[in-house]
Amino acid sequence: MSEDMKLRNYHAQVWDEPLLMDKSVKGQRGILVPEAEPGIRSEVGKAEDLIPANMRRKAPPDLPEMAQPQVLRHFTRLSQMTMGNDASNDIGVGTCTMKYSPKVNEALCGLPQMADLHPYQDESTVQGILEILYKTRDFLREISGMDEISFQPASGGQAVYTAASIVRAYHEARGEGTKRDQVITTIFSHPVDAACPATVGYEVVTIMPDKDGYPDIEALKASLSDRTAALLITNPEDIGLYNPRIEEFVKRVHGVGGLCFTDQANANGVLGKARAADAGFDMCHFNLHKTFSSPHGGMGPGCGALAVKEHLAGFLPVPVVKKDGKRYSLDYDRPESIGKVRDFYGNAQVVLRVYAWIMSLGAEGLNQVAETAVLNNNYLEKLLLAVPGITESYGEGKIRLDQIRYSWEKLTADTGVTSEDIERRMTDYGIQAYWTSHHPQLIPEPFTPEPTDSYSREDIEEWAAVMRQISKEAYEDPEKVKSAPHRGITTAVDESAALLHEKCMFTYKKYKRMKAEGK
Amino acid sequence: MQKQAGLIVNPIAGMGGKVGLKGTDGPRILEQAIRIGATPEAPQRAARALERLAGLRHDIHFLTCPGDMGENELASAGFEYTVLGPPTTGETTAEDTERAARRMREEGVDLLLFVGGDGTARNIYNAVGDRLPVLGVPAGVKMHSAVFGTTPGNAGELAELFLRGKATGTREAEVMDIDEDAFRGQRLSARLYGYLRVPFERRLVQSVKAGSTGGEETAVRAIALHVVGNMEPDRAYIIGPGTTTREIMRVLGLPNTLLGVDVVLNKTLLARDVNEGRLLEAIEGRPARIVVTIIGGQGYLFGRGNQQISDRVIERVGKENIIVVATRAKLFALNGEPMLVDTGNERVNKMLSGYVNVITGIKEKIVYKVCS
Repeated sequence: MSEDMKLRNYHAQVWDEPLLMDKSVKGQRGILVPEAEPGIRSEVGKAEDLIPANMRRKAPPDLPEMAQPQVLRHFTRLSQMTMGNDASNDIGVGTCTMKYSPKVNEALCGLPQMADLHPYQDESTVQGILEILYKTRDFLREISGMDEISFQPASGGQAVYTAASIVRAYHEARGEGTKRDQVITTIFSHPVDAACPATVGYEVVTIMPDKDGYPDIEALKASLSDRTAALLITNPEDIGLYNPRIEEFVKRVHGVGGLCFTDQANANGVLGKARAADAGFDMCHFNLHKTFSSPHGGMGPGCGALAVKEHLAGFLPVPVVKKDGKRYSLDYDRPESIGKVRDFYGNAQVVLRVYAWIMSLGAEGLNQVAETAVLNNNYLEKLLLAVPGITESYGEGKIRLDQIRYSWEKLTADTGVTSEDIERRMTDYGIQAYWTSHHPQLIPEPFTPEPTDSYSREDIEEWAAVMRQISKEAYEDPEKVKSAPHRGITTAVDESAALLHEKCMFTYKKYKRMKAEGK
Repeated sequence: MQKQAGLIVNPIAGMGGKVGLKGTDGPRILEQAIRIGATPEAPQRAARALERLAGLRHDIHFLTCPGDMGENELASAGFEYTVLGPPTTGETTAEDTERAARRMREEGVDLLLFVGGDGTARNIYNAVGDRLPVLGVPAGVKMHSAVFGTTPGNAGELAELFLRGKATGTREAEVMDIDEDAFRGQRLSARLYGYLRVPFERRLVQSVKAGSTGGEETAVRAIALHVVGNMEPDRAYIIGPGTTTREIMRVLGLPNTLLGVDVVLNKTLLARDVNEGRLLEAIEGRPARIVVTIIGGQGYLFGRGNQQISDRVIERVGKENIIVVATRAKLFALNGEPMLVDTGNERVNKMLSGYVNVITGIKEKIVYKVCS
């Protein structure tokens, strides 16, 4: 990497845009809906009569009233004040597996055959999308080694919750539901692997890393018993280390009668290289909106595809897509199923994008995804470890896969500049604020970049150069970093507002109240 | 608005350590330390902490002690200050520290920063109790108390956040000290003296991005609810010292001995502030459990500050009946180091070594390593 790489002299567009609610003008309309024709009116009656009297609003809802051009401008301005994947380098947003989502796949989703589908259409008229669901199911079966797939969960978290519900249903079916009340996970697994079983009602036992940074197998042995319902584990873990004893983990949990689930929300480190089923796992999931390129973020649409072995297939949520001869259908008649986790097809447009992405890459291309991601990560590691103040925690000298959790602990000790100060400063160089760490923050002053298969060598070098520049600033002029951002849409934000209820504005109602109180 | 802070430097803190003594309490030991080549450590440590406060140079007014006890350090770091009391000549004593701390309490400083070790922490505690936020800059030989920043720089940073109003919470942190005479004789006896109020930075214990509310207090409450919810009838519960275990007594609505051991049976108080003998009597002939938490900054489960729960009590109750409670933040503050036990009995130490399930919340446990 050249030492004098030119960094971007970025400046954000500041639109000082008010809230949509505050821009509302009484009587303005985006669309004037035509009156119903007399024939329809006499057949259907008044629209409001379609709603039972006791369910009708007494007053109309408080919605903003605006015409189309003003609405368009509002959202365009908001988008210009936001750094998105299409505009800026977002290598820093690790654990999110940010990728380029091919624009052609968006065009596919916009075709009327997809966009105009109705969930109540007769099955004979939706054979196309069912075929795509079925074929993508077969791809994921091959990739995971599992036997059956559900596309119902709309997010990774929901897929893990579904897996935890299947754990419960499995043990209940065997008469051990009450006895098996513990789920084991590790501290560097995704937090949902603890949160979902806790929500289902399990006691969660968490394993800490050993001196090498791997989940401590002695701690696992000490926690196994006839109370063990399952192991929910991420591998490679958040810090980027692949657990070399993963088969032994699985064997030991199976040995006491527990099930094993591996969280593959981000499968970039293992795609085509290691199959969950081959390591003995009973279940795994994939975030199609991460590893498989469907757009990610902003609350969806997502899809957490859940893959299970034959002995758990009966417990999957309904419906499951089936093929009978040449005809595809959705199977709702599954007596052991945990029931519904979502309606209809799930987010079928996500699956369509994934189908197109897999078809365009082929098996060889999918293998290259993992190879490129791991190479990119190891190149970035080399560049970052040369930056003063950056260190790695755990697993010194060990090969990392797709991401790494680094620490600015040394820089903070030397200069007082924290990871969050740097996070704000980096936006001044036109790259997105990075992801520090999942909760809990075990590694001090953390940050977690993930240079997936989508980034070029130049992207990676730009990102590392920004870190080097900010490190230099921290040692020479720490206040410059602490008071950042300087060219962003806002000055430093009061971060305690995210934690303190009295400072948060969850609703417009509360916003109005706080404004009236002069806060 | 200008803030007022106190600074007390114990100039001789830490001098015993580098020359292999186990503390610097008392003039005799100090003489011995100087004779074998000890030099003052505390002034540099104070300077490193003050460096972090440089940005607030014009926004803080310090109250401090004459000479090496703060005045010199503040002068060279360029802060404004008022010196309390007449200049001292020669050696400073524990009484100087306590007198100055009392004055600072009367003046109502926003934060009392002290540079020293466990002995200094005890002097400060004697003078101010829990009436002031206090923060220790580590400089001593003995560091069993939990009132110090992990490094002088970190202590300075925490002080800066607190004085800027960015970290507003405080936590109760143990003040512990070892009897140095006994320690030097290879026999170890540590006591829990009380709790100081120490600034508390949310950032260190939970990610802002996680968006969850509720910090340490919520966690301690959850632990207590879990323990109380699982209490069995006709079983004695030995409640060890500490703020985490205190919450259990609060949930039960029972009086609590913060620095001592209480015994609970059927959710009522069976015995209060017991010593080893009374403890053994109280559990005689009935099944019992021990509820303990980490005491002090070193991660001790047994043998520091809770010696009433002796090897004999532990053997009588059995390892499987020990309930360990601690918040995640406290566990993580151990930086991956194991929890420690030192009961004075090798057999019991060995029995306690291995892995223990630490209750960290409602239906939430962390498997943690224990060493002797």
